[in-house]
Amino acid sequence: MEDLSWGAIILRILIRFIPVWIALAVTFGLSIAFKRRLGLYGKLFDNTIGAVGFGLVMFWVYTALAVGLFDWIVTHDPLSAATGMKNKLPGTPLRGAAEGEYPYYLLGGDTLARDVFSRMIEGAWVVIRIAPLATLFSFMVGITLGLPAGYIGGKLDTGLSFLANLILAFPVILLFYLLVTPEMVETGIPSYMAIVLFLFPIVFLIVLINARFHTQPTRRNIILVVLLVVLGWLYLSLISDPITVVRFWPSELDLFNVPAGILVVFVSVVFVNAPTVFRIVRGLTLDIKTRDYVAAAQTRGEGPWYIMLWEILPNARGPLIVDFCLRIGYTTILLGTLGFFGLGLPPESPDWGSTINQGRKLLSIYPHAAIVPAVALLSLVLGLNLLADGLREESLRD
Amino acid sequence: MIFFLLRRTATMILTALCLSFIVFYLTNLPPNLEKVAKFQGNSRMTDEEVARWLDHNGYTRPTYVRYGEWLGVVPGWTDERDGTTTGRCIGTGESADTAPRFCGILQGNWGRSTVFREDVSHIVAIRLAQTGKLMFWVMLMMVPMALLIGVLAGMREGSKLDRALSTVSIMTTATPEYVSGVILIAVFASSAVGLKWFKGTATSAMDGANFENFFLPVLTIALYGTGYVARMTRASMAEVMTAQYVRTARLKGVSFRNIVLKHALRNALIAPFTVIMLQFPWLLNGVVIVETLFNFKGLGWALVQAAGNNDIDLLLGISVVSVIVVLVTQLISDIGYVYLNPRIRMS
Repeated sequence: MEDLSWGAIILRILIRFIPVWIALAVTFGLSIAFKRRLGLYGKLFDNTIGAVGFGLVMFWVYTALAVGLFDWIVTHDPLSAATGMKNKLPGTPLRGAAEGEYPYYLLGGDTLARDVFSRMIEGAWVVIRIAPLATLFSFMVGITLGLPAGYIGGKLDTGLSFLANLILAFPVILLFYLLVTPEMVETGIPSYMAIVLFLFPIVFLIVLINARFHTQPTRRNIILVVLLVVLGWLYLSLISDPITVVRFWPSELDLFNVPAGILVVFVSVVFVNAPTVFRIVRGLTLDIKTRDYVAAAQTRGEGPWYIMLWEILPNARGPLIVDFCLRIGYTTILLGTLGFFGLGLPPESPDWGSTINQGRKLLSIYPHAAIVPAVALLSLVLGLNLLADGLREESLRD
Repeated sequence: MIFFLLRRTATMILTALCLSFIVFYLTNLPPNLEKVAKFQGNSRMTDEEVARWLDHNGYTRPTYVRYGEWLGVVPGWTDERDGTTTGRCIGTGESADTAPRFCGILQGNWGRSTVFREDVSHIVAIRLAQTGKLMFWVMLMMVPMALLIGVLAGMREGSKLDRALSTVSIMTTATPEYVSGVILIAVFASSAVGLKWFKGTATSAMDGANFENFFLPVLTIALYGTGYVARMTRASMAEVMTAQYVRTARLKGVSFRNIVLKHALRNALIAPFTVIMLQFPWLLNGVVIVETLFNFKGLGWALVQAAGNNDIDLLLGISVVSVIVVLVTQLISDIGYVYLNPRIRMS
């Protein structure tokens, strides 16, 4: 068989992505049809930059879901090597392809003769699973600490701000090199940090519900008990792992185990992001607490947590949503940085940072192995930044 | 003013102390010390040998005591074996009687690197000079480029030029150094398909930097920062252009050129100044990535070497230096902001 031309490669890649195109077309069709009823989300489609960004982000989300849940799109196993495919250029036919096997390496082979295209697609699943969730956790931590720091102020504010500045003064890469090593996993420090950091979402939700429903004790108690059981179970399953130092939770009740490498990556990314979120929330709170509706709530005799969570937080949502999009992009960059230095994730992991790191060694001779994941990462982060820009413009308009 | 500076300096020293202690604590956890012992001795030491080695080299004292030793407020450890005394403050060939009791950073002793087998102060000085050279060129490239893009985009908000330049700046902020570096090398330096204009490594730039071997690393770091500073400049310029005094100038019939250059520009550059200063911590990150990618042996490269081998003294030295760089630039940005903006009074 002949090598494919560039036109044929592009055509074949477009065909592989058919499930994603269908999903994107449905999303855009439905959203544009009902955009007047969808609030800020609907307005996004009036904004070219925002719509393009949203399209790029959803492209990667659907790609990740298609490969993660159904194993679509990928042409070969991302971990297995094929004979004679080492460093082959894009469009090289697979030597001795078996019946039913995809006959080409669409974007070439890497130094270990694995399919670059499949690894890039599989990498999307790694990033899409970790980045938004880690960002969400850093927001929970940042909001839970930032609101009281801004609203109550005083010594609490001084202390928390000092801590936040302390972490921010650390060069991020030094922190990663100190935290994300096998030796550090052995000491159990990441597990202890996970215990503390993962407690914040529970505290946040409980305080949120309690502040809202404390005038209706029966309803509150029911919601709180359900919440505590579900979240508590998830929390204990998450932090307890038989191979780390924290392993008190019986394995029959343990729902899932996060691999130690992933957990330490997750924890350090949350740890690095949380202080910035804290500063943003604190600044917004300082601004909003002077408004009249906060004074009105204080006069009504509402408690401080009710004011913080149900008066101040909803009014700070605009800048927070925009920052959330930007921060997912930043988290993706951080994950890539970790992969680039070979920290945390196992070396055969298909995530984009690790593949760039492996590809860069032969960059000047075979650039395709590093360029493909680099472009993938670039397009996702670009999409998130454009989306944030579109959201900012649209939310400022009204 | 004096009081403000004193308070900021006190906070800075406290921050530096806390951070160096955290680094010290993390690098001195038992598994990391074992790594040091095996690196220094031999890699097949038994647990007992490791314990003995650590004991003879002063690693078994409590962490805070050893942190004091490093700072120079606690006397250094000594160990007597076979009639000879070794110790933290006793160099090779010196006798125990003449050696000083204290030897920490307060006495100017930054310790010894286990990886490079040299004094930390010496390594840090050499590497910092290299990184300084890189940073100087990055700043020289980034600041004018970012300000130009920002001012051009912000002077007519919503115009085609604004849209185009804003998209460019979003693109550069979305491209981390390891992505842009890889793409730039592939396009401009790859021997297979590229243009072969520049070199893909900057190792030779350490002795004689020229356009060919130094342009790509400088451009890679500068690009990532440019977009951010440009967007800040654009926002601040756009705000100034809607101010009352600009409208008055327009109504008087001042030409657009003069409005931008004489009235708007000075006020629009206050905010970017702060942002440029606060870019330093980010640039430090970029420096580590780019120095690794282009094999330029500066401070970032030394940091990677030190961290990979748990070189405690060198890691501490580098982190203290980088923390001081970050904090000093923050201080400069605060003071500069007040000087540039007479509406704010220091208190």
